[in-house]
Amino acid sequence: MDTLDNRYVIQARNLGIYYGDFKAVTDVNMDIERNKITAIIGPSGCGKSTLLRAFNRMNELVPGARAEGQVFFDGEDLYAKGVDPVEVRHRIGMVFQKPNPFPKSIYENIAWGARIHGFRGNMDKLVEHSLRQAALWDEVKDILHRSGLALSGGQQQRLCIARAIAVQPEVILMDEPASALDPIATLKIEELMQDLKKDYTIVIVTHNMQQAARVSDYTAMMMLVNDGSRAGTVIEFGETTKIFTRPSDKRTEDYVTGRFG
Amino acid sequence: MRKSFESDIQHLKDELLLLGSMVEQSTLDAVEALKKRDLQASRRIYETDLKINAKRYAIEEQVMVLIATQQPMAHDLRLLASILEVAGELERMGDYAKGIAMINLRMGEQPLLKPLVDVPRMAQIGTSMLHRALTAFVNEDAETARQIPAEDDEVDLLYNQVYRELMTFVLENPKNIERANWLLWVAHNLERLADRVTNICERTIFIVTGEIKEIKSSYDELKENSN
Repeated sequence: MDTLDNRYVIQARNLGIYYGDFKAVTDVNMDIERNKITAIIGPSGCGKSTLLRAFNRMNELVPGARAEGQVFFDGEDLYAKGVDPVEVRHRIGMVFQKPNPFPKSIYENIAWGARIHGFRGNMDKLVEHSLRQAALWDEVKDILHRSGLALSGGQQQRLCIARAIAVQPEVILMDEPASALDPIATLKIEELMQDLKKDYTIVIVTHNMQQAARVSDYTAMMMLVNDGSRAGTVIEFGETTKIFTRPSDKRTEDYVTGRFG
Repeated sequence: MRKSFESDIQHLKDELLLLGSMVEQSTLDAVEALKKRDLQASRRIYETDLKINAKRYAIEEQVMVLIATQQPMAHDLRLLASILEVAGELERMGDYAKGIAMINLRMGEQPLLKPLVDVPRMAQIGTSMLHRALTAFVNEDAETARQIPAEDDEVDLLYNQVYRELMTFVLENPKNIERANWLLWVAHNLERLADRVTNICERTIFIVTGEIKEIKSSYDELKENSN
């Protein structure tokens, strides 16, 4: 195992995740390539979101949750003693299914996180830059002091992406970022992801296979292991083009052709 | 799951078999008409060719509707892409049959340069290969698909035989050039038909394995021809 290979930003090794006694995810080994989009697909309840949240220690916010194995971020174990989970989440940001802007102005939605993380530069510039990167600037530049909650769903989601970007993370984790949006807003988010991958690494969980096929470079297929334990694992991981045209695993084939799950 | 999608696919496969049998019949009829110098029969081949083309377009249309409405992936996607390809191959084979009919019409009242022996044999082997290759395609039987292309060698041998024979007629008397050329054209069309059967077999293997590979590579052919 080469944890120092600069090509990979996140590397999971024998990763297992428990909620109390229940093992939700087992035995995951995968490398997330830098400046690429990696999609995690699979049927409901197979541990996709749990795995995603393990990449920035978000599961710890759930009582009784713990991880075994290792997750290396730029070669350093995220779960080692002394690592500050807040700092982890600063460098590995997250966007959720339901847009969740703060009940504050559009401007403050961006500025607040940056200020907390000690940003001392020109805040106006940071807000503009973040909104531009999230392809939202032109729509909101004249209403920056209006509430973030007054925006449409698609705009709110892009505001959340701008907020994640503002603290300059390396990785953005997205958990079903478009499932609450209409098709046009969904396409905007997908386009945005293609722009963002020049600067960030993106990992996305999606139920929408066509979305995974459209946006991602790599796809991880998750499924429950077949031993009655109800734990999920990655059964196939590879280039998206291969997963959707000639998968190696029969279970992936059945899932992507709509015959299972 | 996906019962209606699967029955749509089955329907498409049935249509493809139907198109294949039209092409087989058209090829055999074209050669038979030439052998008997039956111009009326050759004209009918032109009408069949229009039906062949229409069926090919109908199959294409159905494939596109399925791609647009069902978002096929993996095996389904390979199958549908291959059906498009094979329908195109069949239509081109139909054009070869029409080409043979055209030669018969062009020859008009002139007699054949020689009685046809090897040419009907080529048509028989070619259409038999086509029939079995298409059956293997709809059954997704890669094993059979791997075996059929070898039979193309026999068609090639017959073609070379026809070629040499026609050349002796030409050397004997340059006045034979036109009629020899016509027959050579017929033989060439049949030789190409058998070649295209190999393409169908390659698609069958592709559907099953996901690998697209030339069964007889251009490189092999180059070597054969320089020997």
